[in-house]
Amino acid sequence: MIEVRSLTKYYGDFPAVEDISFDVKKGEILGFLGPNGSGKTTTMRILTGYLPPSSGTARIAGYDVVDHSLDARRHIGYLPETVPLYTDMTVRDYLDFQGTLRGMDQARRRKRIDEVVGVCRLGEYRDSHIGKLSKGYRQRVGLAQALLHEPDVLILDEPTIGIDPRQVVETRQLIKSFGGDHTVVISSHILPEVSMVCERVLIINEGQVVAIDRPENLSNRLGGTERIHLEVRGPVKEVMGVLRGMKGVQEVTNEGGDSLARYTVECRPGRDLRAEMAEALVSRGWGLLGLQAAGMSLEEIFLKLTTEDQA
Amino acid sequence: MRNTMAIAKREVRTYFTSPIAYVVTAVFLVVTGYFFAADLLTRQMANLRGFLSPGSFVLLLVTPLLTMRLFAEEQKLGTLELLLTNPVRDIEVVMGKYLGSLFTLLVMLVLTLYYPLLLRMFGDPDLGPILTGYLGLFLLGSAMIAVGLLASSVTANQIVAAVLGLGILILLWVVGSVGTAGALGSLLDYVALPRHFTDFTLGVIDTKSVVYYLSVAAAFVFLTARSLEMRRWR
Ligand SMILES: Nc1ncnc2c1ncn2[C@@H]1O[C@H](COP(=O)(O)OP(=O)(O)O)[C@@H](O)[C@H]1O
Ligand SMILES: [Mg+2]
Repeated sequence: MIEVRSLTKYYGDFPAVEDISFDVKKGEILGFLGPNGSGKTTTMRILTGYLPPSSGTARIAGYDVVDHSLDARRHIGYLPETVPLYTDMTVRDYLDFQGTLRGMDQARRRKRIDEVVGVCRLGEYRDSHIGKLSKGYRQRVGLAQALLHEPDVLILDEPTIGIDPRQVVETRQLIKSFGGDHTVVISSHILPEVSMVCERVLIINEGQVVAIDRPENLSNRLGGTERIHLEVRGPVKEVMGVLRGMKGVQEVTNEGGDSLARYTVECRPGRDLRAEMAEALVSRGWGLLGLQAAGMSLEEIFLKLTTEDQA
Repeated sequence: MRNTMAIAKREVRTYFTSPIAYVVTAVFLVVTGYFFAADLLTRQMANLRGFLSPGSFVLLLVTPLLTMRLFAEEQKLGTLELLLTNPVRDIEVVMGKYLGSLFTLLVMLVLTLYYPLLLRMFGDPDLGPILTGYLGLFLLGSAMIAVGLLASSVTANQIVAAVLGLGILILLWVVGSVGTAGALGSLLDYVALPRHFTDFTLGVIDTKSVVYYLSVAAAFVFLTARSLEMRRWR
């Protein structure tokens, strides 16, 4: 449904996207994961026909986004990162306007507006001015307009950014439900988000594809993604010994002395060692002052993946 | 065409839900009303010249205020991205915005119809020059709005768009009055905006003048479409 080949985009001399290639099958949800400035928005703008690529090609439903831009755009529903809506219009008028521009006749617009207002739970706000809605509700209007014409392809740029946690959960479920009927590309800079929602994840950094795989394969490749921080009062050498001796522990580092030291323990994913660890330390009479689980930060994942690929 | 009309309709609605159109129209009515009244009281003649000539110049001052937001605002707010990723042609977007502004101008001109109505009530004006005068104003305004449209498409800043539009219009206004002799002189004279307007105030419809204003409008509308395209390639 989406075919991208050697896509490159320069802003002046600066390569924002370099030689990206990937495919998305019909009905699949692809996550675009990368830190800020990695080129996610740029890639999406090329796919939606807003920006032309410097070189390379992209096809949507078989239509080249440059040579058959209008046909390609007909198959896309797009939600830009900043959710730019006309704030002086009501939700209904706005959706009607967007529907008209997508070639829907009046009867179909009416029917579909009712449907997307239902799906995006905008019912009570359908006659509110968009300018008066909260960020979360605007996001829903943004989703509603993207879905309106039942496009084959949905392109959603950071659809959960800046909305409150409860709405984030709802939005994720909503997006997950789009898969199957729609081919979806969503971008995010949050790893758990894409692994929850997407069937495949493309990791992009500094405009280049670092990895593209299923989420579970990625976490396997990443190895010890789970990490525990400890603060312990006790003899450093012995504490280190105990921690290293535990099953599933891969590496332990420390700083500080016997009176209080901080330890960072890297463990194999899949097992939660926190309870076991606390038990082991406390039973030996050492003071356990802090214990905290931490995932790998996105930056570390990139570092890991990029160095791994070079090795 | 359907896309163009949908965009035009939205523009008109935006004009009349924000204060711009009202303020611009009010200023236009007050200033031209002053000229009209002053001319009527001093010359005591039942014709519209007291409105038409100053009106054409006031139009030059207010159209950039009407057009400045057309593209600049959408670029600033980012809404242009969603608009242009719809399956619509750039020229449909440009024409929609152009027609939306033109309609707003038309409303403004219709509101000035009370000047000729006053003349009718208290005198016996010659209707010919009044009708051609209005046609002239509308054609002049059509050209001016196209200029402002282009200015708005090159920037995300509305003030910059207004100043730029005003600059181009003033240039087109004065270009004939430099008094250059020979071919260049007559070319500049032909290109100047106000020269073609005089005929209309006298009750004459000169095809050349009509063609002139329509060509200026078409040229700037076309340039705006190119400017949108260029913006993508930057
Ligand atoms: N219009 C632009 N002109 C110049 N540079 C840009 C422009 N848009 C984005 N960039 C740069 O391109 C890089 C990629 O940006 P973007 O695609 O927005 O990344 P992301 O969406 O992943 O945060 C960034 O370094 C950004 O500063
Ligand atoms: Mg972005």
